[in-house]
Amino acid sequence: MRKILVTLLFLFFGTSAFADCNIKSGSINILANDFPALRTFVETSKQCKGNADFKVTHSSEHNKIAVPALTANPSEFSARIAANSSIVPLMNQDLIRPLDDLVKKYGKGIQDSQLITIDGKVMAVAFMANTQHLYYREDILKDMGIAVPKTYEEVVAASEKIRASGKMQHPYAAAYKAGWNLAEEFVNMFIGHGGEFFKSGSAEPNINNAKGVATLNMLKKLSELSNPDYLTHDSEAIKVEWESGNVALMTLWASRSGTLLDDEGDPNITKATKLAGPATVGGGNIPAATLWWDGFTLAKNRSDADADATFRALAHAASNKKMVADAADQAVWLVEGFVPGPKSIGVIEAVKMKAKPYPMLPQMGLMHGALGSEIVEFLQGKESAEQALKDVEAAYISKAKEQGFL
Amino acid sequence: MPNKTFFWFFLPTGLAMILFIGLPIISTGIQSFYAQHDQIVKEVKKCDPFGCTVSIVVDNEETSKIREAKPLGKFNGFGTYTDRNHLAVEEIKKFWNETESFGAFIDQVTNLPFYKALIFTLTYCLFVTPNVLLLGFIIALSLNAVARKIRGPLIFGTILPMIVTPLVGSLVLFWMIDSQGIIGANIQNLMNDPYLSLKSSKTLTWITIIIYGIWHHSPFAFVVFYAALQTVPQEPIEAAIIDGASRLQRIKHIVLPHIYPVVTFVALISLMDNFRVFEPIIGFSAEGSAQSLSWLIYDNLVNEEVILFGSAAATSIMTIVGIAILLAPVLIRTWKEFRIAR
Repeated sequence: MRKILVTLLFLFFGTSAFADCNIKSGSINILANDFPALRTFVETSKQCKGNADFKVTHSSEHNKIAVPALTANPSEFSARIAANSSIVPLMNQDLIRPLDDLVKKYGKGIQDSQLITIDGKVMAVAFMANTQHLYYREDILKDMGIAVPKTYEEVVAASEKIRASGKMQHPYAAAYKAGWNLAEEFVNMFIGHGGEFFKSGSAEPNINNAKGVATLNMLKKLSELSNPDYLTHDSEAIKVEWESGNVALMTLWASRSGTLLDDEGDPNITKATKLAGPATVGGGNIPAATLWWDGFTLAKNRSDADADATFRALAHAASNKKMVADAADQAVWLVEGFVPGPKSIGVIEAVKMKAKPYPMLPQMGLMHGALGSEIVEFLQGKESAEQALKDVEAAYISKAKEQGFL
Repeated sequence: MPNKTFFWFFLPTGLAMILFIGLPIISTGIQSFYAQHDQIVKEVKKCDPFGCTVSIVVDNEETSKIREAKPLGKFNGFGTYTDRNHLAVEEIKKFWNETESFGAFIDQVTNLPFYKALIFTLTYCLFVTPNVLLLGFIIALSLNAVARKIRGPLIFGTILPMIVTPLVGSLVLFWMIDSQGIIGANIQNLMNDPYLSLKSSKTLTWITIIIYGIWHHSPFAFVVFYAALQTVPQEPIEAAIIDGASRLQRIKHIVLPHIYPVVTFVALISLMDNFRVFEPIIGFSAEGSAQSLSWLIYDNLVNEEVILFGSAAATSIMTIVGIAILLAPVLIRTWKEFRIAR
């Protein structure tokens, strides 16, 4: 925790240690999610490719490709840009290689706080942090005399007030699309209530309790204040809603703030768009949000020469002060030299408020999947919260048994 | 055709079918009987930019040893088929004993993922197939009656829904029914209910997908029926006209019996296609309200970060069985007619 604060809040005047870029051979092929910060990151690493072959695949469907593509031998990609959750399947299947030697050899500019170590081995190098936090329309809140909400209870009250005034019919938005997005909102809210997903030390589910019910009830209250099509809205869709001026309060990824505050769209809305930290819920003191890191991992089933070339190129970007200075708006970089700007408020507040990272557990993906499909009927008003949570646990248990976790 | 000639003619096709259809199905079948090995986990220290925690990871050394010894996984028999996410045998027994009324029992059963998907799939088949046949036939008859000059462009226009990629077709409709789209907003105005959403209501989503299905599949029925109509002999029709038969009577007694085998064929293909309904669910982002068997397979393979091969294989096999059961009546009938014809 302290490490990131140090990274984020202070500007280091260290030596300009750039990664060595004299790559003679090898082939680099990167798989990454598709948002502006990652594009910048990959572009920066490309500058250092030397004579190596350089290819990149940016896809929002990266999760679906990663495991099959890295299982092949030799694997399709030499590197995969992963996050807390997506590194887990790679670890489960033993598809990524430890980076200790490479870090020692070529990782001069990389800070210790960027290293993701598991069982003492460096498995990934993080370069940016992300979380979901509140966005609000300053003009609307001021007009109505509403203070910036700090808790989800206040978000509900504020949204109800805005709706009652007739200004907006659906003043709140969050990515509630059935599936991964909706499950992520549950994870955030459940952690905000102080919930633990599994009974300690086992893979037994632990969500069918008062905290789970409170979580679902809060999600339902918020969904009733959202556009009625909320079950089909992902981050991109709610961004569009926001830019059309239909929404006054929104929970969205920090990494999207760049495109939200750019010059495109109605300048009045852009001007009134302000960022706040993540909200707490149910009287808890940790935010109802999870911290995420994005970092690079290297495929195991690929030649050492390729791994070498790929690491050097990516390390160049992961320690690049020019990149974090030029693209300070795009992300909260964990790279040395980053000066947090106004668009980083969300993540910095989340860290200050001691938000928890997304649980990096081998069976978490199964829980996430079960949540995404089984809580929908509760939100539609077709079943009780207890029944929905019972369904989630049952669906999870069947899947976990098939996968050998139970 | 002598049997020998037939054999040599059929051989390449047969081989390709065995290689690309038969073997994969067998392999899927085998896969469905296996589950993953018990995961060996160990507690380790994990550090990331936000701090260090002690939690579990999969012990890859130990796991790879077991995997090498038994690459297919742990034999599970029909375990995957009967678990809660598939046939849910135990859960159904429990519901039967615990619930008081039959309605409550049905409620409980239809809450299980497999049955939920099965009900949507069957409803879709039940509404789409007959309507496709009917609509296709009516269009074919109408087009057959218009002047030859304009028939070409009309036929092209009619088969357009089939040319449009399913995903694109459904996306276009998806945007139109958005609460701010042309159809969605107008329905809200008509009903005077600003909270009405076609996408959030389960019934309305089902209706949308079914209408889309009919729109998309009708051209296929139309093309086949139209071709069949060209083969209807003119003499009996002329005779019927002289006898004073109305247009409806002519269709019922001459045209329909003549193209009957084609109707069976279209019904078969259409049933098979509809049972595998998948694209509209993705196109309409309707996962929340409508899940089909094919969607379950997709979900097991890609939506989880951990891929559930056993589950997906079991659902695939059950889909094949489902299609076989659905087609059985039609196939038996065709076979009987074939025997009589001989």
